[in-house]
Amino acid sequence: MTDPKATVSLTIDGRRVHVPAGTSIHKACEAANIDTPTLCWAENLTPVNVCRVCVVEVEGSRALVPSCARAVEEDMIVETDSERVRHSRKMVLEFLGSGVDLSQADELAEWVDHYGADLDRYDQPGLPAQRMNEKPKIQDDLYIRDYDKCVLCYKCVEACGDDAQHTYAIAVSGRGFDARISTEFDVTLPDSACVYCGNCIGVCPTGAIQFKTEFDMREAGEWRPEDQSVTTTVCSFCGVGCNLELHTQDDRIVKVTSPTDHSVTQGHLCIKGRFGWTYVQPPKRR
Amino acid sequence: MADLFIGPDYADGVEIAAVTAAIGDDPAVVHETERLVIGGGARRHERRHLLLPALHALQRAKGWISPGGLNHVSELLQVPPAEAYGVASFYEMFRLDEPESDGAVTHVCVDAACQITANEDLIAEIEAAGGRVHRSPCLGQCERAPARFVQGVGGPDHVPADEVVVERKIPQQGDSALRLLKNIGLVDPTSLASYRQHGGYTALERAIELGSEGVCDAVVESGLSGRGGAAFPTGQKWRAVAAERDRPKHVVANCDESEPGTFKDRVLMENDPFAIIEALTVAGFATGAENGWIYIRGEYPLATDRLRHAIDQCRGAGLLGADAAGTGHAFDIEIRRGAGAYICGEETALFASLEGFRGEPRSKPPFPTTHGLFGEPTAINNPETLINALDVVLHGAAEYRSRGTEQSPGTKLLCVSGQIGRPGVYEVEFGTTLGQVIDLAGGITGSRNLAAVLMGGAAGTFVGPEALDMPLTLEDTRKRGTTLGSGVVMPFTDEIDMTAICVRISEFFRNESCGQCVPCRVGTVRQNETLVQIQRTRGLTAQRRDLMGDVGQVMADASICGLGHTAASAINSALALGLIREAV
Ligand SMILES: Cc1cc2nc3c(=O)[nH]c(=O)nc-3n(C[C@H](O)[C@H](O)[C@H](O)COP(=O)(O)O)c2cc1C
Ligand code: SF4
Ligand code: SF4
Ligand code: FES
Ligand code: FES
Repeated sequence: MTDPKATVSLTIDGRRVHVPAGTSIHKACEAANIDTPTLCWAENLTPVNVCRVCVVEVEGSRALVPSCARAVEEDMIVETDSERVRHSRKMVLEFLGSGVDLSQADELAEWVDHYGADLDRYDQPGLPAQRMNEKPKIQDDLYIRDYDKCVLCYKCVEACGDDAQHTYAIAVSGRGFDARISTEFDVTLPDSACVYCGNCIGVCPTGAIQFKTEFDMREAGEWRPEDQSVTTTVCSFCGVGCNLELHTQDDRIVKVTSPTDHSVTQGHLCIKGRFGWTYVQPPKRR
Repeated sequence: MADLFIGPDYADGVEIAAVTAAIGDDPAVVHETERLVIGGGARRHERRHLLLPALHALQRAKGWISPGGLNHVSELLQVPPAEAYGVASFYEMFRLDEPESDGAVTHVCVDAACQITANEDLIAEIEAAGGRVHRSPCLGQCERAPARFVQGVGGPDHVPADEVVVERKIPQQGDSALRLLKNIGLVDPTSLASYRQHGGYTALERAIELGSEGVCDAVVESGLSGRGGAAFPTGQKWRAVAAERDRPKHVVANCDESEPGTFKDRVLMENDPFAIIEALTVAGFATGAENGWIYIRGEYPLATDRLRHAIDQCRGAGLLGADAAGTGHAFDIEIRRGAGAYICGEETALFASLEGFRGEPRSKPPFPTTHGLFGEPTAINNPETLINALDVVLHGAAEYRSRGTEQSPGTKLLCVSGQIGRPGVYEVEFGTTLGQVIDLAGGITGSRNLAAVLMGGAAGTFVGPEALDMPLTLEDTRKRGTTLGSGVVMPFTDEIDMTAICVRISEFFRNESCGQCVPCRVGTVRQNETLVQIQRTRGLTAQRRDLMGDVGQVMADASICGLGHTAASAINSALALGLIREAV
């Protein structure tokens, strides 16, 4: 066991940084005010370190290192903006953007600009770059899954499984570029183990899983984030005391989240808190 | 875990019987309440490694894994059906849709050594006769290209070439200088008595005399390095596992052999299976591990049978079990079959696969010596490495070091195939030159000139004719920017369209990437697309060259495992050698 009070000193981009032992390189960068892109990492999930957008160069290591998952070591020398790091980050973004619809992956857009990723350079004459090519799965009134937007970050699988819900309704299936998030034999959600906690929606970074309300409004061109406000409240269904964030647009609830730093929920909810708000407003006439 | 949700599809009698025969019908959770208590969870965890054998049983019984069959296994082992589906869909040998017709499926190899033969004609022929064909990556029979493997439905799998009686099992059969191949063709691979007559089990006796520390010391002194591709010092690995205390420990023989061009492990397993069992027992003794595992690729039915039979005979003779061979130490071996996935040869992916999860590698550190199979200390070795260790134990490190070079002691098995007179496995001392090996194997075939030699497999590199004087050692290959890898030596003459070979290599990586990390999942696809485009248009433009350079670099720099790290190396070397050309 590492001593929780021990401090580790390392060098990041030429600067000395002191952080508690066991801190990830990514968190150490944060402490040094260095921004690092992340995609598959989240505060409330176990790191899977698969997207590799957060890689850094560590002296003595042949390959680049995922900063989100690697713990700092005494006297480590880390470069976050070397030629190799910039190249890898740019390429990861290009790879994702060339195969996946990133139009709603708001956090990534900035990094695509920052690293000058060219998302179109893989389309060759007569041979367009292979894409996910998935149609949205609309199987109920609560949420939709549009795997054309899926970057396979494993977050939804973790939230459905070991990290939060322990329901295991979805898993990664297939292999290589054909890997997809799926239920067994791709059965519909109502036919699967899904309990509609919506925790997968909460963690999805690209909008591949989203509230049906949001999906319908986007389709209709009515989704206006700039006109939305967020009201924090406590769920009234039971005594646990989960914090809810009600996102409203034109005085109607459009989706519900929970803060990831909330001690009770860590961002996760159940079906009642997540979807049980229709009683506060009549269904919208279409 | 709350109660598992299982859908409304049920297994039929055939499926249930097949699963019961493979893994028993003992439910993972006996009482309803057990699900919620720790005992139930531990028991479920303990039995998950039966998932792969159970899926094999379903596939064999019906030719596919049906929703009902999957549900039955999920219920029995308490694995969520979505996860079981995720596992089943990872492997090439498992089908998840009902086949249109019954009957066996013939896998025909489309990788390099077979690509340059009439494999396409063979495929057409089988299909014309109404047979079902699966285009397969390397089947580990490159010396008998075009290779076939027949996956049975309702009956066993078989390899047609195994039914052909050959006079010599290996070209060098009977040569008194052989160390690793000395038993091949001489010892009856189905008889423990025959193995013992030829000196079998004397190495284990010697190991007991030396004691476990003595064995580790000898292996360290011998300078033996791993033959699975990474050349890690074996003694160091064994010592590290031996130093771990108070936990179950494992030794694993990595018999997944799927690197295109590699077939030496198959030849060893089929013809000298007792040596692998003995060597694994020595490894168990040296490291203090009580559990031995053999993870063998699913397309090796004869080797699997031979090893199973050898394990049974050894167990019957007390060489495995509670007091294995009088070591005073319990040791036994279990076999697990892979199901068609090159990536499962990567050690951490192999552990995941064996444990009943998707064969996805994980980041190292931590290393297998502390966190291996089931998260426990594990020494994993290639069978060729293990056979070398027998030689070290029996004859001592000094004798072992009398062959080869200072930095690459001993002998090396080479898998020679492609355009070569006498393809097969050859044993040579480290330091033998590439040209000497090609001569030993009968020289290149055809009247044309040597264009390139693929060294180390698809994960290796091409070298040109100027490398014929290269001594085959770890140090010399490294110096020349190539690798011995798994021992592949595959020559091509200038009558071969190397662009087509490179397109197929890129397709191999595209198909075999586990898909976990972005650089490899997408990079292998983009690399393949670019090569296909070059092939179609015969246009190796500067832009395409840059693109491949960029793709190759991110795969090498930022991928999780060796598959991604090496996915561009053969292609890069082909570009450097000018093998991928503007026009034919
Ligand atoms: C993609 C990939 C495939 C591999 N396949 C094999 C294999 O089939 N057999 C093998 O022995 N090692 C294979 N390895 C190497 C193993 O990870 C590991 O290093 C080896 O089994 C250790 O044994 P050794 O030290 O005796 O070589 C593979 C590595 C990678 C990255
Ligand atoms: S659906 Fe969303 S959360 Fe799930 S893997 Fe895809 S991108 Fe990640
Ligand atoms: S490098 Fe390729 S095979 Fe290895 S973990 Fe990444 S995607 Fe999987
Ligand atoms: S955020 Fe670190 S690998 Fe994905
Ligand atoms: S069996 Fe065909 S290349 Fe190995």
